[in-house]
Amino acid sequence: MVRFENVGLRYGLGPEILRDLNFQIPPHSFQFLTGPSGAGKTSLLRLLFLSHRPTRGLVNLFGHDISQLGKDEIADLRKRIGIVLQDFRLLDHMTTYENVALPFRVMGRSESSYRKEVIDLLRWVGLGERMDALPPILSGGEKQRAAIARAVISRPQLLLADEPTGSVDPTLGRRLLRLFIELNKSGTAVIIATHDIALMDQYEARRFVLHQGRLHIYE
Amino acid sequence: MSRTDERGVLVDLGQERPQLPARARNMSPIVPRASIHGRALVAVVAIMTFLASMTTGTVLLVSASAAEWQSDVASEITIQVRPQAGRDLERDTAAVTEAMRAQAGIVEVKPFTKDESGKLLEPWLGTGLSMDDLPVPRLIIARVQPGTPLDLGALRNRMTQVAPSASVDDHRAWIERMRSMTNATVLAGFGILALVIVATIISVSFATRGAMAANRPIVEVLHFVGAGDRYIANRFLRHFLRLGLEGGVIGGGVAMLVFGFSESIAGWFSGTPVGDQFAALLGTFSLRPSGYIVLAVQAVLIGAVTAVASRQTLFATLNEVD
Repeated sequence: MVRFENVGLRYGLGPEILRDLNFQIPPHSFQFLTGPSGAGKTSLLRLLFLSHRPTRGLVNLFGHDISQLGKDEIADLRKRIGIVLQDFRLLDHMTTYENVALPFRVMGRSESSYRKEVIDLLRWVGLGERMDALPPILSGGEKQRAAIARAVISRPQLLLADEPTGSVDPTLGRRLLRLFIELNKSGTAVIIATHDIALMDQYEARRFVLHQGRLHIYE
Repeated sequence: MSRTDERGVLVDLGQERPQLPARARNMSPIVPRASIHGRALVAVVAIMTFLASMTTGTVLLVSASAAEWQSDVASEITIQVRPQAGRDLERDTAAVTEAMRAQAGIVEVKPFTKDESGKLLEPWLGTGLSMDDLPVPRLIIARVQPGTPLDLGALRNRMTQVAPSASVDDHRAWIERMRSMTNATVLAGFGILALVIVATIISVSFATRGAMAANRPIVEVLHFVGAGDRYIANRFLRHFLRLGLEGGVIGGGVAMLVFGFSESIAGWFSGTPVGDQFAALLGTFSLRPSGYIVLAVQAVLIGAVTAVASRQTLFATLNEVD
């Protein structure tokens, strides 16, 4: 599903942040991405989400060489990827329901066609009572769950999560991990970027460790 | 993924109470309507539209008043009969009046009597003077039927044959001077209008840039959920077109009210010396219905200019986000 060959990334004329990345992410797989702060985890996630282009090497996503793709094709590929960012990126003027339903609105679907699906998912992640709340009044954990719900509502083939448990207590962190595991069981390939060792120890999965721009994989 | 089956697994994620049945929802717009930057943009467009409308309205007023003047003056011919030794001024005046009345295309001839001619000189010479001692010429005003071409040279010859001291003036020099002055005023008005429109585009671009910077997180989130540039651009262009039209309608509407109000004020002062002087100079000081239509079209155009200026800024922002 994802293939990186000799991929390097630098910002402007600066040093290479990521070097000689070679890996594959098969469908239905689960992996943690870890490493010290500043190791390049977020940059790698951005490469995977196509918001950065590599300065060298080949990135192949869903069978497409991304260097050959135009903006519209990249937007189409992004619809197959869900992303949860550290700062949630919820839209403050929209309710929790509207934020989660946003991918469907962008697809041009009518509200009646996805209403039940969104409400079911919100109940599933424990936000059934907060559907009409605006993000500024949600707690950190609720925002995190809303962001996750938005990322998975359109059933992406690949889910990227950047420090998804960074702003929640350990109990909620464990619950969120269970959510990701369940999503993975239902067919979504998951990559969770974290430096929370305790979280990774809770689930046996492949680990990608970034160190000084290089990637080490522990099966 | 079958969520119905898996819901039980994650039921401990929240403390849920019984849920309300799913119902249709009024969805918020993707780009929020009310924001500080949005209101600032409406204010900028409204002010610039008001200034542009005032300029256009004034240009229309001046050119309409000048056209009225020109048409009044152009439809008149003045014949001056000067006193001449050995000739009877009264008889010459009467002969010229008759000759003018016989002229084709002349609808009205009004000779000024001795007393009337004297009154014309009162502002300069004062009252109480005996006009018998002064060689005061006589004036004859002839009104020409509109659209009738007159051979002024032939008319002059005929009048000179009737009374050698008669001279014919069709006010051509005055009209030419008026036309130059009016054209210069209208040209200056268009110059100011062009400057106002350029200033509108520049200020709208800056205001849009501010509004887009404030909306950048929305653009980023839309990218995250797979929206293409065209989708995002459509949403934002619609938003900015609406803001531009809102500003245009407010600015243009206030300008129309100002012109309507000025017309009422001119009506209140009509009959007073100030009002009469003003009316003599600027006509009725009222915009014709076509003038109001021009102002309305201009307001819509400025709204469209806002959308076009926003489009440039929007695509620059989309490229930056990419």
